[in-house]
Amino acid sequence: MILEIPVESYNFSAAGEAASRVKKTLQRLGIDSQLIRRVAIATYEAEMNIVIHSDGGKIILQVDEEEIKVQAIDQGKGIADLELAMKEGYSTAPDEVREMGFGAGMGLPNMKKCADRLEIKSVVNEGTTVVMGFKNQS
Amino acid sequence: MTLKELIDCIDGVVVNGHERLAEKFNGVYISDLLSDVMGHAQEGNVWLTIQTHNNVVAVALLLNLAAVVFTAGNTPDASTIEKGREEGVVLLSTKLSTFEAAGRIYQKLQ
Ligand SMILES: Nc1ncnc2c1ncn2[C@@H]1O[C@H](COP(=O)(O)OP(=O)(O)OP(=O)(O)O)[C@@H](O)[C@H]1O
Ligand SMILES: [Mg+2]
Repeated sequence: MILEIPVESYNFSAAGEAASRVKKTLQRLGIDSQLIRRVAIATYEAEMNIVIHSDGGKIILQVDEEEIKVQAIDQGKGIADLELAMKEGYSTAPDEVREMGFGAGMGLPNMKKCADRLEIKSVVNEGTTVVMGFKNQS
Repeated sequence: MTLKELIDCIDGVVVNGHERLAEKFNGVYISDLLSDVMGHAQEGNVWLTIQTHNNVVAVALLLNLAAVVFTAGNTPDASTIEKGREEGVVLLSTKLSTFEAAGRIYQKLQ
């Protein structure tokens, strides 16, 4: 199955809904709750990065027997230095979103911890594609 | 410890979730950084925070937290209360500082 959810830039009132829909879909499919937890956390972080750091994009969920795959695809400024972006604590989040509790620089590290595989492709001034794979245990 | 006992312990006020106060929680996580909470809070925890916007509900829901406590007299935004109600997330508030609320809960749990 495949589910595609649009994510708007800077829409904080809708933020988190893509991750929530992914979680509910996996629950309906009867996926193990610990696995759902990892997917939900990683998807939330990917979704928030689209909201905060891009001009908008989408989350795509694909489930097959081997793997749960979550892609976060956006258009926007992209990531110039991926290695730096992956560092815990590194953040370019603007002050107004830091006041809301974003910008700890822990989103990408959380994604890495939760996913069994993480691939990031980014082109500066074009956008970013994050692919996360989770081994389907069922 | 149940959520009802928690409320008594920190002089808390129920914002929503009256029907779920008999439920137990298994620990507390304290942070105002959302991705720190995402990375470290455990299912069934109570989360103490001064953040009041509605993304707090999204985090609590995704992590299956037992409740969110807004400390230091902070009250959740209207959109937070609405989303909390829709999603069935228990929201509490207290006038106590995070430090004092945590201290009281810690003592009670010993
Ligand atoms: N989709 C994206 N587009 C452009 N830049 C991004 C994107 N995702 C991450 N980045 C860059 O990588 C940095 C680190 O991202 P990460 O998610 O780890 O932290 P953060 O989003 O700044 O804070 P947190 O996730 O803890 O709230 C960001 O501050 C930003 O500079
Ligand atoms: Mg982030």
